[in-house]
Amino acid sequence: MGMDNAKKTRQGLARRVLRRPAAVIAVAWLVLLVAATTAAPLFTSYGALEQDLGNVLEGPSADHLLGTDVLGRDLLSRLLFGGRSTLVAVAEALAVFLVIGVTLGLLAGYRGGWVDWLVTRGADLMFALPGIVIVLVVLSVFPGNLHAAMITFGILGAPGLIRILRAQTLTIREELFVAAAKVAGLTHGQILRRHVLPRMASIIIVQGALFAAIVVTIQAGLGFLGLGAQPPEPSWGGLVADASQSIDRAPWMLVPAGVPMVLTVVALGLLGDAIRDAAIENWAVSRSSSAQPGGRPAERIPAQRAAADDAVAAPAPDALLSVRDLTIEIGGLRVVDGVSLDVAPGETVGLVGESGCGKSVTSLGILGLIPGGGRITGGRVVFDGVDVAGAPEAMARIRGTGIAYVSQEPMVALDPTYAVGRQLAEAVRTHRRCDRKGAHARALELLDLVHIPDPAAVARRYLHQLSGGMAQRVAIALALAGEPRLLIADEPTTALDVTVQAEILGLLREIQERTGMAVLLVTHDWGVVADLCRRAVVMYAGQVVEQADVDGMFAHPLHPYTGGLMAANPHHAVHGEALPTIPGTVPAPYEWPSGCRFAARCDRATEECAAAPVPLSLPVPGRSTRCIHVGSLLQEGGLR
Amino acid sequence: MAILRLVVRRLLSSLPLLFIVSAFTFVLVSLVPGDPARTIVGQHATEEQYENVRAQLGLDESLPVQYWNWLEGVVRGDLGASLFSGEPVTAMLNNRLPVSLSLIIAATVVSGIAGVALGVLSARRGGALVRTVDVLALLGLAVPAFWLALVLIAFFAVQFRWLPVTGYVPLGEDPVEWARSLVLPVVSMSLSAVAIIAKQTRDSVLDTMTKDFIRVMEANGFRDRSILYRHILRNAALPVVTVLGVVMVSLLAGTVFVETVFAMPGLGGVTQQATVQHDIPVIQGAVLYITVVVVVVNLLVDLAYGRLDPRVRA
Amino acid sequence: MTASSASTSETGTASAPPAVLEVRDLSVHFRQGRGHPPLRAVDGVSFAVRAGETVGLVGESGSGKSTIGRAVLGLNPVTEGRISFAGDDITRAAPRVRRRLSSRLQVVFQDPYSSLNPARTIGQTLAEPLLVHEKSGRAETAERVAAMLRRVGMPADAADRYPGQFSGGQRQRIAIARALMLSPQLVICDEPVSALDLSIQAQVMNLLAELQDELALSYLFIAHDLPVVRHLSHRVLVLYRGQVLESGDAGAVYDRPAHPYTQALLAAAPEPDPAAQRARRASRAAAKAEPGPPSPTGCVFAHRCPQVADRCRTERPELRVLAPEPAPRAVACHLVDELP
Repeated sequence: MGMDNAKKTRQGLARRVLRRPAAVIAVAWLVLLVAATTAAPLFTSYGALEQDLGNVLEGPSADHLLGTDVLGRDLLSRLLFGGRSTLVAVAEALAVFLVIGVTLGLLAGYRGGWVDWLVTRGADLMFALPGIVIVLVVLSVFPGNLHAAMITFGILGAPGLIRILRAQTLTIREELFVAAAKVAGLTHGQILRRHVLPRMASIIIVQGALFAAIVVTIQAGLGFLGLGAQPPEPSWGGLVADASQSIDRAPWMLVPAGVPMVLTVVALGLLGDAIRDAAIENWAVSRSSSAQPGGRPAERIPAQRAAADDAVAAPAPDALLSVRDLTIEIGGLRVVDGVSLDVAPGETVGLVGESGCGKSVTSLGILGLIPGGGRITGGRVVFDGVDVAGAPEAMARIRGTGIAYVSQEPMVALDPTYAVGRQLAEAVRTHRRCDRKGAHARALELLDLVHIPDPAAVARRYLHQLSGGMAQRVAIALALAGEPRLLIADEPTTALDVTVQAEILGLLREIQERTGMAVLLVTHDWGVVADLCRRAVVMYAGQVVEQADVDGMFAHPLHPYTGGLMAANPHHAVHGEALPTIPGTVPAPYEWPSGCRFAARCDRATEECAAAPVPLSLPVPGRSTRCIHVGSLLQEGGLR
Repeated sequence: MAILRLVVRRLLSSLPLLFIVSAFTFVLVSLVPGDPARTIVGQHATEEQYENVRAQLGLDESLPVQYWNWLEGVVRGDLGASLFSGEPVTAMLNNRLPVSLSLIIAATVVSGIAGVALGVLSARRGGALVRTVDVLALLGLAVPAFWLALVLIAFFAVQFRWLPVTGYVPLGEDPVEWARSLVLPVVSMSLSAVAIIAKQTRDSVLDTMTKDFIRVMEANGFRDRSILYRHILRNAALPVVTVLGVVMVSLLAGTVFVETVFAMPGLGGVTQQATVQHDIPVIQGAVLYITVVVVVVNLLVDLAYGRLDPRVRA
Repeated sequence: MTASSASTSETGTASAPPAVLEVRDLSVHFRQGRGHPPLRAVDGVSFAVRAGETVGLVGESGSGKSTIGRAVLGLNPVTEGRISFAGDDITRAAPRVRRRLSSRLQVVFQDPYSSLNPARTIGQTLAEPLLVHEKSGRAETAERVAAMLRRVGMPADAADRYPGQFSGGQRQRIAIARALMLSPQLVICDEPVSALDLSIQAQVMNLLAELQDELALSYLFIAHDLPVVRHLSHRVLVLYRGQVLESGDAGAVYDRPAHPYTQALLAAAPEPDPAAQRARRASRAAAKAEPGPPSPTGCVFAHRCPQVADRCRTERPELRVLAPEPAPRAVACHLVDELP
C-alpha cells in the first residue's frame, strides 16, 4: 500500500514537471545533447581531429553547419565529440556530490549530537573555500587528470547539499509525526524511508541539477585554462580557448564555442526550477483543492444586508467607530460579509467567534490592512465622523493616533533588530513633534505606564531578551505612543500563560480608566469577554450573528450559536457528563449557504432557515440577532 | 569592546581553516610524482649536485618537519622561491594581491549596489520585474565569466575599440586607465554576482514584508519610508550579507578565469600559471594568500552580522 | 468512572490494583550550554496512573508537564528516577522493548497540523502502527483503518485523502484513531484540545471520554487549561518549574485549592460569567508580576507567592499528604496549615 502510493506521487511529480513548457524544452535539449554526443558519428560526417587547411575559420555553411576553426576542423564535430568529456565529468562530480551530500546531510540532521557537530564544522570549513583553487592544486599534482579534478569538485560541492539536507532533516525530525512514528515503534530506517526521504527527493533533484549546471561551466573553464583535455583532443573549454585565439579574425567562433554550454546550463536550471515549482504545487494543489471543492465565485453569494434596516445602515452619531456593512474579499472570496458594529468612546467591545469566522480580518479591515491581497469591497468604516473605508490617506492619518493595534504573538510583534526604547521613540516621533531626547523620555514614560519595572534598563533591551508578558506590555506601550482613542487588540492574551493573561487584562482595564481609550477586543475566550467587555459582537461565517451587552448576552443569548458556544465551554461542565456540543464545523467561505449559515449545525433549524438569507433583527432595545427563531428564544428566556 | 572580542574570537576560530588548507596542500604536493630538485638541477647534474639542491630545499627531511619548516617560513614571511623565475614567492604575490583585490572589491561594490537595488525594486513593484530577476538568476548561472569576458572583448575592445583588450594599469600610475582596464573584467565577473544578490534580496524583502511586526508598525501609523528603509531593509539584510560573503569568495575564485582572459597579473592568474607549470612553492603561497582573503571576508561578514542582529552580539 | 475507584495512596500499596504507569522521582535535566547550570525541566516528580483512570498534569509553560509525557514515551532522556509500565521498568528501555511497548502505550499530540505527515494519506498514517506489530493483509488493514475512522466519527473514505484536506478538529480525530489502532492501555494526551476551537474542543473531549469508557483506557492528560483538565481527569497534579506543588482529586483541587500557586492559577483564569468574574477580580490577590529569579534552595514559587514567609526562600517544602479525601491530597507548602 505504501509502495504503491509512493510510486504514484513520484509519477505525479514527473507528470507535473512535464506539464510545464519550459521543462519540456529543457528536457528535450538535454536528451538531444546526450544522444548527439554519445552517438556523435551519426550526427556529423567529420572526425573531431580532421583538418582541412583549405577551409579555415569559416562561418556556418551547408558543409560545416557551425563553421570551422583555425585548422579547418569542423566545429560541430568538435563540439559533439568534446561534449563526451563534459558528460563524463558531470556524471563523476554529481555522483560524488550526491553520495557524500545525501549521506552526511541526513546523518547529521537525523542523528544530531557529536556527529552533527563534526559534519557541520567540516562542511562549514569546506564551504568557506574557493573550490576552484583547490581543484587547481589537485591538477598541479595530477596534471591533466580531469577525473581527480571532478571528484575533488564533487567533494567540495557536497557541503552545500549537506547544509540544506541537514537543515531540512532537523526540521522534519522535530515534527510531531516523526515522534508519533517513534511511539508507534517504527525503526530509524523505516522513519527515514517513510517520512524523511520522500520530503527530500525534490530538494535533492533540484540541488543535483544546479550542481550539474555548475560542473558544466567549471569543466569548460578548466578546459579553457588548458588544464583539461590536452589539444588536439576536443573539449568545450578548449573550443572557447581556440575561439579566444582568433577573436579578432573570427569572432563567430565564440558562438558555437559558448552557446551550447550556456543552453545546457539554462536547461538544467529550468529543469531544477520546474521540479521545485512542481513540488510546491503538489502542496498548493492539495491545499486549495481542499479549500475549494467546486469553488464557488464570490459574486453568486448575495450580500446579506440587514433587510430594510435603515436604522442599522446609518452610522451611529455618537459612536467613536461605526462600521457599516463592511464586506471584504480575499482572493475573490468573500470572507467578511456585511459586518456592522459600533464602539462608543471609552467603551470596550468584544468581537467574539471561532477561527475562520472573520473576526481578525474585520479588525484589520477597519485599519485598511487586509492580509493576502484582500480588499474592502463594500461598506463604511466611520471613525470620528469620517468615512475612512475608501480613503487610504485618511485611514493612514488615523492609524496610531486615532486607532492603534496590538497583535496576538508578542514575540514577533516587535522589530528584533532594534532596542525596545528606539522603537518606542520612533513611534513617539511619528505622532508628535519632538527631538530625540524628548522622544526617549516619552518612551520611558510609556514603559512606566505599562508597569515595566526599571524602564531605562528595559529600553536598552532587544525583543529576544524579553519574556512574552514583557513583550506584550512593550507592544501595548508602542500602541499607546500616539495616544489613540481606540485600541484594536487582536487576541492579545491568547499566546500567554493564564497568570500573565490576568496581568495584561488588568493593565488594559487600568489604562482605559486612566485615558478613556476605547477597546475593540478580538477574542475567542468567553472568560476574557466577561472580564473586560461591556458589549460583545458574535461573528459566525463572516457575519455578525448577535450583538448585545455582556450581562444580557451571558444571561440570555439570543442566537443558538452564541448559546451553543457558551455551553461548550468546559468551565460550567459537570464532571462525568458529556459536554454540550455543536455538531459539525464552521463552514469555509466557499461553503456558505444562501440561507442561515448556522442552520446545518443548529438544533432549532427548520426548512425556513435554509430558504433565504436571515436579516439581523432588533428584538430587544440594544440587542440584535440573526435568527428567525428569536421569538421562541425570547420566550424561553434564553437558551440556557 | 564587544566588537574587539568578536574579532579576536573569529580570528582564532579561523586558524583551523588556515592550518587545514595549508596542511592539505602540503600533503597533496608531497604526492607529486617527480622531484622539484631533479627539475631544478636538470638531467645532466651529478648525484652530489642533486643531493645539495635537495638539502637546500629541505626535501631530505620528513614530511612533518618539512611542513614545520614551511610554517616557520610563513611566520618570517618567507614562502620560498618560484621554481621557474627564482623570484621570492612573497614578493611575487605581494605584487599581485592589489590587482585581485581591486577586481574583487570593485565587483563586490558594483554587484552589491546593483543587486540590492534590483532586488528591492522587484520586491516592491512586483510584476515583470520579479520575472526579470528570475531570468537574470538563470543567466548568471549559465553564462560563465570567461566566455562572457571574451564576448565583451569581441564587442567593446575589438569591434568598437572603446576599452583595452587586456592588461592592467596600476592605480598609482594612471587612475583613469586603471579604471578603464577594470571595466570589462568587473562587468564579466559581476553578472552572476548581481543575479545571486538580487534574487536573495528580493526573496528576503518579500519574506520580511509579511512579518507580524511590519503589520503592527503599519497599523500603528509608522511612516512607510521608515518601515521600508529602517525595518524591512535591515531585517532583510541579514541573509543578504551572508550571500554577499559567499559571492565575494566566488568572485575570488573567478579571478582565476578572468585574470587569465585579460592577462592581468593577479593572484588568480598566477595560480593558473603555476598550475600549468607545476610551480609548487607558488601554488602553496597562492593558496595561503587566497585563504587569508577568505578569512578576512568571513570576518567582515561576521562583523556586519553583529552590527545588524542583536541576537548575534550577545 | 468515579474518582473514588482510584483510591488509597500514591505509592500503590499491595492491595491497590497495579498501576498501568508508575513514575518515581523522575528528573529530566537539559544542558543549557557552557556556563549555565542545567535546566531542571522535571525535578523529582512521582505519580501513578491506574487502569481506566485519567491523571491530569496541569501547569503553565515551563512547568515540565510535556517533558514528563515525552519521558514516558521515551522521546526525552531521563536524568534520574524510574518509569514503569505495567510493572516493567521502561526508564531506559532498549529500542526493541520500546517497539513492543508501542502497542500498549500511545500518544495524541497538541498540534494536529504537525502530527500528521502531509505527504502521506490518512490510510497510510493509520496503517503505520500495524507495520510494526501485526503483519496483516492489505484488505484486512484497510478494513481496520475504516472501522477506526468510523469509530472516531470520520467517514471511512477519509483513508484515501491527505491531511491537508481536513480541519484541525478532524485531524485531531485522525490522530486519536492512530493512537487507538493497536488497542493501547495508556494514551498520553499532550494538550490534545488546546489548539482547537471551543465547539470542536467539546466534541473531541467527549470523544476522548467515550473512548475511555468503551475501551477501559487510561489517560495521562497534559494541559494548561484548568477547566479542561478538571472535566476529564480523576486526579490532577499541579506543576510549577518541574515540581509537583499540589496533587489530589480533580474536583477537590479545583474547588478547594490548597497551594498558593494553585489558588493563583485558578484566580487568574477568567470566569465566563460577568458578575462572577467581577466578584473574583475584586477579591483576587494576584501573584506578583514579572518576578525576579526564583530562589535556588527554597520553594520554587516563593518569588511569586503572595503569602511568602522567610523559610520559603531557604527551605524547599516537601510534598505532604493532607487528610485523606476521596483521593489523597498532597501539597508542597510550608504554610499549608495556616492558609485559608
